[in-house]
Amino acid sequence: MRTTYEITPDELPRRAAELLSEGYRLALVAAHPDTHGDARGKGHRRGDRNGERHDRPEGIRVVHLFVAGPPDTRTELHVRLDPDRPEIPSLAELSFPAGRFERETHDLFGIVPLGHPQPRRLVRHFHWPRGWYPMAPGAGEPPPFGEQEGPYPFLEVEGDGVYEIPVGPVHAGLIEPGHFRFSVVGETVLKLKARLWFVHKGVEKLFEGRAATDGLPLAERISGDTAVGHALAYCLAVEEATGTEAPPEAARARALLLELERVHNHVADLGMLCNDVGHAVLNAQAQRVREQLLRLNREITGHRLLRGGVVPGGAVLHAVPDPHRLRALGEDIREITALALGHSTVRDRLTATAVLKPEAAREIGCLGYVARASGLAVDARTTHPFTDYGHGHGNGDGNGARLNVPVHTTGDVLARFLVRAEEIDASLALITHFAEDLTAGAWSAPLSGEGPRSGVGIAEGWRGTIVTRVELAPDSTLTRVKPVDPSFFNWPALPVAMADTIVPDFPLANKSFNLSYAGNDL
Amino acid sequence: MEAMSTSVPIGTALTAGTAGTAGTAGTAGTAGAVGYAAVAAQILVVVAGAPLLTGWMRQVRARLEGRAGAGVLQPWRDTRKLLRKESITPVGTGPAFRAAPALLVATTVVAAALVPLLSTDTPVSSHADLIVVVALIALGTFALALAGLDTGTAFGGMGASREMTIAALVEPTILLSVFALSIPAGTTNIPAIVSGAAHEPARLASPAGLLAAAALAVAVIAETGRIPVDNPSTHLELTMIHEAMTLEYAGPDLALVELGAQMRLTLLLGLLSSLFAPWAIATSGSWAALAIALVAFAAKVCVLAAVLAAAEVLWAKVRLFRVPELLAGSFLLALLAVAASYFLNGAGS
Repeated sequence: MRTTYEITPDELPRRAAELLSEGYRLALVAAHPDTHGDARGKGHRRGDRNGERHDRPEGIRVVHLFVAGPPDTRTELHVRLDPDRPEIPSLAELSFPAGRFERETHDLFGIVPLGHPQPRRLVRHFHWPRGWYPMAPGAGEPPPFGEQEGPYPFLEVEGDGVYEIPVGPVHAGLIEPGHFRFSVVGETVLKLKARLWFVHKGVEKLFEGRAATDGLPLAERISGDTAVGHALAYCLAVEEATGTEAPPEAARARALLLELERVHNHVADLGMLCNDVGHAVLNAQAQRVREQLLRLNREITGHRLLRGGVVPGGAVLHAVPDPHRLRALGEDIREITALALGHSTVRDRLTATAVLKPEAAREIGCLGYVARASGLAVDARTTHPFTDYGHGHGNGDGNGARLNVPVHTTGDVLARFLVRAEEIDASLALITHFAEDLTAGAWSAPLSGEGPRSGVGIAEGWRGTIVTRVELAPDSTLTRVKPVDPSFFNWPALPVAMADTIVPDFPLANKSFNLSYAGNDL
Repeated sequence: MEAMSTSVPIGTALTAGTAGTAGTAGTAGTAGAVGYAAVAAQILVVVAGAPLLTGWMRQVRARLEGRAGAGVLQPWRDTRKLLRKESITPVGTGPAFRAAPALLVATTVVAAALVPLLSTDTPVSSHADLIVVVALIALGTFALALAGLDTGTAFGGMGASREMTIAALVEPTILLSVFALSIPAGTTNIPAIVSGAAHEPARLASPAGLLAAAALAVAVIAETGRIPVDNPSTHLELTMIHEAMTLEYAGPDLALVELGAQMRLTLLLGLLSSLFAPWAIATSGSWAALAIALVAFAAKVCVLAAVLAAAEVLWAKVRLFRVPELLAGSFLLALLAVAASYFLNGAGS
């Protein structure tokens, strides 16, 4: 299923171009400074497919993970860099996400992307001292904030009547920090620059050295609203690395939890979209339904945000959702969305606002409902299924897990609203289906000591495809965990969609994307 | 607190001054005491009642949305909280920023004294000209917009620009719609229009009266920053119109700005009810009439506010560029009202 190739840096662009042209997408780039972990791992990595690292613990190893499906295929390109001069040929010209991953690995490890068109700071906090890379070997504790690392001006838009509106990083509502710089004429946005990266928590570093089971609470907290999605991707990766196979009941329970998470997040956001156009009554009703869903979550997993349901090797359900209750909630949600879409002012505000064209979404590498609202039918549940979702596009025949992936093509706020409203229906149908064969219980396979010591987990969280790659030491402690939230791919799409949109519509556009700051900036 | 105590003397000084001239002009042969009491009651009811009215509207909205709501007294509690805080003036702001809250409240107090909310027969009623009242309201808007510009922030400027765009369409609409009523009355003096209508309600049931009522209602919604024009309860700074100008205010200044906005809402709803439902307004100088007028005013404004709050639950905020379309529509209604009034009454008189 997963094939690994050891290649030299010079081969990388050609191999990457081949894979991309075969329909693969770049899902993840992770750097591994193998030197420091080798007190533990040296000489014992017999499980690694190529068994190559017995004598070569030197230099940073960079893993490029390419995925495609269906059928589920995963290809890794491993590149070993010169320990004295960590440089890698840039793939930014081939793929936009690759360019962002390269900026990230540069900021965290100091790996220089050669020939990168925009080799600017991305993740780095601008008060980190120059030359200090937090993930590089021997980086140590974070130093005190020093002098700013050189100027990093915003691109200035010039012309008659152009002015700038700086917003954030601290906002009026209870939202995460991000700085937005609008260049505006009148009320029309000419250019928007988003500068995020105010919430670096060192999550990847915190994983290191933990036992595989102790990594779970951390994975659940990568992005608080995506506890199941990140936990699932993490657990799938750990299971692959240890050669464990979760029982089929556990896989179904996980699929059920994943859909529960999708529903409660979608309902909350549909309500807030109504609130942002000043239609508060629908928001009040949507939040009422969400509260009922959270209470249901608590009955099912013991936690309102579904923590503790997915565990390495299995899943735990305290209860199984009652189909009648789900149907009643589904009716409520349908009524709310019908009222919203039937309201002429609400519909007018959503229509043709913040359009993300399909070509742009494809170039940027968008995932999740953002991509599906712009005509790209990407969904890890069809490309990388971990349990049987059934086949074909469901038209609601009532039985069988008929996975229905709604797609719209207009790319505006309305399309994102519709995709999410339709996904709620699809998810409720899936929950009902998976709940049929399940009873309350815990299913778990013990993590075995076998396995390739590295693994990749792919799960379709509610925001989009989450990919996590882990590597284990022989004693099954984590040496490296690299999670990638779909927000990392989707954030650049927001400024693109905002061009020619008016300033007062920004909150609406932003909410329709609803990207994670915490999941983006680990 | 300081600004509050200075603003009230401005208001009373002005009303006292106009009262003096009214006396010498000898327009109102009233029992002076009741007239003065009516003016004082009007000011008091607008100042003290405005936060309650806002609380009432929020409570109506909350209940209609299925929420418990914070209670009618919440705006007063907010004011008390703000008055206890220190006042912060941003670096680089000038007198426009500091004077605006007091000016906003002061102009509204003067307008509240002039507009016949309780009585058409007060010592100042001869000065309650339509143009004076609209100019006072516009002066408050203008002061706040200048303060927004004075902060030099992007939001202040953005809010001021949006507010002025709206004001430029709203003020003429208010003027025109009241003109439609002034034609049958033969004067632009608001108390005269109101007392005329109170004695001759048929004027209001005319096409002109109905058109003018619709136009003025839209103008009041826009002027007070309610849905669908502005959303007073939003925290999204980029969508704000009125609140964007006042983002830099804190403490007692903010309390004054909020009180000013609430007073303007009360005043305009009161004006609307006086013009189009002038029943029970005291037209003579008797204490009993004044007491009845007070109760009737409270009831009328509460009903009007509840209707507005209920409408807000059903409406959503329109796209910013649709606001001028909406206001242009209301201006057109006002123009039609004037035309109807002119031709229908012109033929009659």
